[in-house]
Amino acid sequence: MATYTLINSNVLSSSAASVTFSAIPATYTDLVLRISARSTLGAGEVVSSRIIVNGDEGAVNTYYSSIYVSGNGTSASSGLTSDQAPWIFGSTITANAATSNTFSNNEYYIPNYAGSTAKVLSGQEASENNATTTTRNARAGLYRGTTAITQLAVAGTTFASGSSFYLYGISNA
Amino acid sequence: MPTKVIVDCSTGETSIVELTAEEIADLETARLAAEDQRAAAEAEAAAKAEAKAALLDKLGITEDEAKLLLS
Repeated sequence: MATYTLINSNVLSSSAASVTFSAIPATYTDLVLRISARSTLGAGEVVSSRIIVNGDEGAVNTYYSSIYVSGNGTSASSGLTSDQAPWIFGSTITANAATSNTFSNNEYYIPNYAGSTAKVLSGQEASENNATTTTRNARAGLYRGTTAITQLAVAGTTFASGSSFYLYGISNA
Repeated sequence: MPTKVIVDCSTGETSIVELTAEEIADLETARLAAEDQRAAAEAEAAAKAEAKAALLDKLGITEDEAKLLLS
């Protein structure tokens, strides 16, 4: 029977530019990263962030690709960010200009994270604004590194106090 | 000074580390790049929607009628 185990978590007591889970044990089958976050930046409803695996922020074209579809109730868009950035575009985060005390919900699933082949990531995100417009995204990412994932970082904006980050391990036995 | 949080999953310890000047500059560059890319994607989607609306107007049909024609 599959088990779902909290590996570690952090709830920010003050704003931070990134949250990194390091020394992730290779003892699980898959990983789940769940985030409830708000940014201290942004004049619009949402800001984007990024997922960085194993600290690899090398040259563009090296490690990452990602694709997404997005809708906000009035318009829809999609995009391919293959080979365009040294990270996986991730986590649409509720921005500072959004309704006070609202936080986005973000979840990422990373199967076979400890394997010796490239790693895939799927994600879903919903910004929260307690207003007419909100944003819902789905995304897929690729990390081309062939070593086990031992470090996951969420960065790219400044996360507000109260944002929470939970890393779970899924075991298939 | 901006900080970053590092959670060591082997020990359970959390540390808060101040960003270096280089990390702050990198963060801002990355954030602007991400925002630019998202804005470009949204602008492209808006342009497509506008072109579609203009074409429907030119044809004098609604979107539902266009769907009916293509079904």
